[in-house]
Amino acid sequence: MECYIGIDLGSTTTKAVILDAEGRIVGRGITNSRSNYDVAAQVAKQEAYTNARFEMLSRILRDETGVDKEERESLESHLTAAYAHECFLGQLSRLEQHCRTDLDNPRFDDDRRELLQSVEVIMQGIREHAHRNFQPSATARSDFFRDIAGAAFIDVAAEISRGGGPAFDKLVGMFDRNIIPVENEQETRSFSELLTAAYGRLPDGLRSSVAGLPDTLKAVADTPMEEVRTVGTGYGRVRLPFPKDCIRSEILCHGLGAHLMFPATATVLDIGGQDTKAIQVDAQGVVTSFQMNDRCAAGCGRYLGYIADEMNIGLHELGPLAMASKRRVKINSTCTVFAGAEFRDRLAAGQEREDIVNGLHRAIILRAMSLLARSGGIKNEFTFTGGVAKNPAAVRALREVGEENYGELILNIAPDSIYTGAVGAGTFAMRDVAAGVGANQEAA
Amino acid sequence: MTTAIKDASQDRQKTMIAEHFGKLSRAKEDGRKVVYTFVPGNLTELLLNFDLLPVLPEINALQSGMRGKTGDYIQLAEKSGHSEDVCTYVKADIGMLKSGNIGPTGEKLPDPDLLLLSYTGCFTFLKWFELLREEYDCPVVMLHVPYQGDGKITGEMRDYVVGQIRDVLIPELEKLSGKKFDEDRLREDLKRSAKAEDDLVWVLESAKHKPSPIDAYFGGVYYIGPIFTSFRGTEDAVDYYQLLRGEIEERLAQGLGPITPDGVMEEEKYRIVVEGPPNWTSFREFWKMFHSEGAVVVASSYTKVGGLYDRGFRHDPDDPIGTLADYSMGCYTNLNLPDRIDLLEKYITDYDADGFLINSVKSCNSFSAGQLLILRELEKRTGRAGGFIESDLVDPRYFSAANIKNRLESYFQMIEAKRTKG
Amino acid sequence: MSIAAPPQTQATGRLGEIIALAQSLYEDIAFKAVADWKAKDKTRRAIGFLPVYVPREVIHAAGGLPVGIMGGGDMTEIVRGDSYFQSYICHLPRSVIELLVSGRLDSMDGFLFPSICDVIRNLSGMFKLLKPDRYVHYFDLPQNFRSNLGGTFYVSELKSVAGAVSAMTGTPVTDERLRESIKVYNANSRAMNALLELRIEKPWLVPAAEYYLLLRAGFLLPVDEHTAMLNEYTLLVQQSDRRALDNIRVMVRGAFCEQPPVALLRTLERAGCYLVDDDFVVGSRFIPDPIAETGNPWDALADAFMHHSLPAASVYDEKHEKAKKLVDRVREVRADGVLLMAPSFCDPALLDQPMLQEALEQAGIPFTSFKYSEDTGQFQVIREQAGTFADAIKLWGTV
Repeated sequence: MECYIGIDLGSTTTKAVILDAEGRIVGRGITNSRSNYDVAAQVAKQEAYTNARFEMLSRILRDETGVDKEERESLESHLTAAYAHECFLGQLSRLEQHCRTDLDNPRFDDDRRELLQSVEVIMQGIREHAHRNFQPSATARSDFFRDIAGAAFIDVAAEISRGGGPAFDKLVGMFDRNIIPVENEQETRSFSELLTAAYGRLPDGLRSSVAGLPDTLKAVADTPMEEVRTVGTGYGRVRLPFPKDCIRSEILCHGLGAHLMFPATATVLDIGGQDTKAIQVDAQGVVTSFQMNDRCAAGCGRYLGYIADEMNIGLHELGPLAMASKRRVKINSTCTVFAGAEFRDRLAAGQEREDIVNGLHRAIILRAMSLLARSGGIKNEFTFTGGVAKNPAAVRALREVGEENYGELILNIAPDSIYTGAVGAGTFAMRDVAAGVGANQEAA
Repeated sequence: MTTAIKDASQDRQKTMIAEHFGKLSRAKEDGRKVVYTFVPGNLTELLLNFDLLPVLPEINALQSGMRGKTGDYIQLAEKSGHSEDVCTYVKADIGMLKSGNIGPTGEKLPDPDLLLLSYTGCFTFLKWFELLREEYDCPVVMLHVPYQGDGKITGEMRDYVVGQIRDVLIPELEKLSGKKFDEDRLREDLKRSAKAEDDLVWVLESAKHKPSPIDAYFGGVYYIGPIFTSFRGTEDAVDYYQLLRGEIEERLAQGLGPITPDGVMEEEKYRIVVEGPPNWTSFREFWKMFHSEGAVVVASSYTKVGGLYDRGFRHDPDDPIGTLADYSMGCYTNLNLPDRIDLLEKYITDYDADGFLINSVKSCNSFSAGQLLILRELEKRTGRAGGFIESDLVDPRYFSAANIKNRLESYFQMIEAKRTKG
Repeated sequence: MSIAAPPQTQATGRLGEIIALAQSLYEDIAFKAVADWKAKDKTRRAIGFLPVYVPREVIHAAGGLPVGIMGGGDMTEIVRGDSYFQSYICHLPRSVIELLVSGRLDSMDGFLFPSICDVIRNLSGMFKLLKPDRYVHYFDLPQNFRSNLGGTFYVSELKSVAGAVSAMTGTPVTDERLRESIKVYNANSRAMNALLELRIEKPWLVPAAEYYLLLRAGFLLPVDEHTAMLNEYTLLVQQSDRRALDNIRVMVRGAFCEQPPVALLRTLERAGCYLVDDDFVVGSRFIPDPIAETGNPWDALADAFMHHSLPAASVYDEKHEKAKKLVDRVREVRADGVLLMAPSFCDPALLDQPMLQEALEQAGIPFTSFKYSEDTGQFQVIREQAGTFADAIKLWGTV
């Protein structure tokens, strides 16, 4: 199977998609962007391959076996969870190894024994936690190793220090030091090795639910996936780990991606972690004009992050909270530096949390409106992408302010809008090859 | 790193500048009087008339920027009470002053004997010399150059400026130098100015050819150097521009592209018009973001801050004072916004540009305020690709290479995508 | 030491009505009052002008209503204004553009942009592009102060404005009419001066917010009405039983163009500072002394601007007396200290500041400085800073 890959290295997450020869999306992968962009790109790509193979499996199970839907889905979800569990355990054992090596440092001479014991207890604790967490029914707040392992690490570490063990700070410091090398290493086992291990984790009943399952899995794992060309894009583009001719600007990729997802798109707004883009595209998805926020992150997703931190709630809880607002509060500053202070000031002045938060969403959207106006306004159809597009209060405010200024809008938000840039990049990869630009293979 | 290919004209300019700074460093012992004044609308020929030596603080600031000194200078000024919000040319100059006023050649600049506040197209000039006045015990002379608010130079405006030159400036300069104003000499100098101006215009307009033999922005700032500064009206300037013109004629005959610090540009992929001053602290890096992508700047507004010669203005020896007045009112920064847009639009069509790019500079509100409307209008009128980036003149904190490169690449790719489609 | 927060002095009765009127004019960012004024007579024309100073006499003499456009304050939500300006440009032009593109300046028949700074200068060009059907003029104030040079140029500017407004109203500006207008504005000046004097003498009678609202009303109301308003207020407030608080007396400099929100003024006063002198809306009293009511009125206006106006950062300090004038004024109004408050990104105010600070330091006058913008919504830092400043002066006489 020919694969065209698009990778979008964002400030917080890195996304990869795989397109087949017909331009259909066959796999998606996402990981947290880390200090090493090369690894982030590789990990996202591997995730996308894995996802593509699971999709393939799903298709085979659906089309070529007589298994009923319920059983099929149960098998798939168990297998997916078991696969993720395997990957997690692989990373965990690397984390443990790093922690142990780290403790060889002479500065731990005094309490090495105690710390080694703690490592053991913590790792055991995380494994138990993972066992629960990687059940098909479990809902995790994050899929990233750093987040899952980190949360469990902290829980166990807190317990240990409460019980008279080493100080909490010391234990957490160990995590902070050693998570970075773990993130910058890649899984060494192949898909088929991991799948085999995952298969081994399935309950007996499921294993025998499909006749010839091992053969099917083998067929899926052995299907050749040939990477014809990869095009990269994204926030970190200056340091992207791709050859220069395999890089496209995120503006172009977002414009094209939005066009592919919603072919009637004329205007695109992307609000990401630390930048906001307003893009105008023509009927072919070619960018005709664009604007990006200036150097400060005011009005970007990160600003909402600061507010969520200030309120000590999750970022995803912010939108629903704002939706409960009954009164409009006008917020003038979207400066991230003052966000916390402004929030506290207003609370102290007796304003309601939800009203303030709703006002903040409106303020962000107003900033975005100014970029949109600079780029040429909003034309139908209007496609909203990026992390903030998942936030219902931001969407509501965008629709309100947008319609106040530009009349009735057809507002598109794709459920997988986070992959917009990557889809654009993957499509550029295809077009390059069609135009005779040499197929690349491995990223430089 | 490849070494820059140097033209003879470039060496010539270097020598001229070195000689000028040499004169400045010896000014006190040679008994020469020193006048600080500004670039836009400068009255170089008039200063020559009294054998006065000009110092241009903006040039000092930009040269300090290119030599990587302004980061410290600006912080020094901010420590002494200047806001981080304000013009960094001023702060770089004040910081340089507080660091011993060492000029680009490593020699100390002489203190001014007079501050000639030629106030063209920039309010900050006024504050700048009010601030310098606190540091130096010397007189200040104001030349108020009215703004072309309605897009024209009226008779009243001209009378006002002519009157100030005649009744205020000349008497002050006579007093300072102890010399009488020599109108015949001024006429002779103005003839030389016009001659050099002819050649400069020819050089700038050579960019209408494809490929353009020059870069009219990054290269252009070197070409305007002598004529915008202390050399207009001198034989040196005439020679320099003749030499330069000869070189460009040669390049043109050979069909060569512009010379960049990394060698001759091979392929002209994008022809761009640029509005706004360049960034000086990362000048070469900034330039490279263009030439490495095959982008040539074919016309720029910044190279018109010291005169819009390509619109036909020449210093006129037959009306020596009047022509100085017209010159000072006619600089780019003294044009109103509608006129600036008309000019840029004309550049985009006359130079057959693929698009235009605005480098919006934090320090310079004279340029920057309104640029987003300029962007909008030009996009509307020309249908060509408009780009917008932000930086600063000499504040290294305000040049985000990654950010600017990102935008520029997106911009060039946008032009490419439009073109491939068409 | 805690900051005593006095109860807000509420104006009641007739005084309350005056302030309520001034407040409603202040909040009238759509300039409904101007539309109402014009509706009474179809030939009426209104000319909007930006800070800092415009000789309103000329517009008045041509039968026009001069209306100050001082920005949108903290009342205007900026939806489109930001798309015209980079983040490093002050706030005022954003809200002015917002007002323009949202139609809230539609009652203006023309616009004058006095020379203040490059931003306002370029804003004039933006108006020319955005409102091609209106009279838009950059009003270049002279920076040379000789009557045969700057004076002549200034008179030509005045006559050009007079001609343009006359063309709209059909009322030519004769010398006679101009002298009459000068008289009318002189009366306004006297009323203003009486209020200023009272504030200097008994600042507790004239709270900063009320005073400010009265100043702003002068940029919207026909001049006679404003003079009457000032006179009535000044009379009534002296009969009120407002009591003095243990506040220090401060002078404000730097707020001549973009205006601080009224809540900020209240904050300063509550933090223990009586504002006994300031440069808010400075164009409303730019020429404190009466202008000659006889002789050539054009020359009188020119002479007044060139030789009898208040110092301003946007006007060249030819005589190098900025420092002396500042210190003299501090002594004259018996201020305990100075608040140097400048709008963020305001080049004239911020570049002036080091010189003012130096002057104050030399004279041993306490000062503190901070930045604001017209829509500043957070006052906590400023409150603490002003409170500390007031406390230090009360305790030690210095900071």
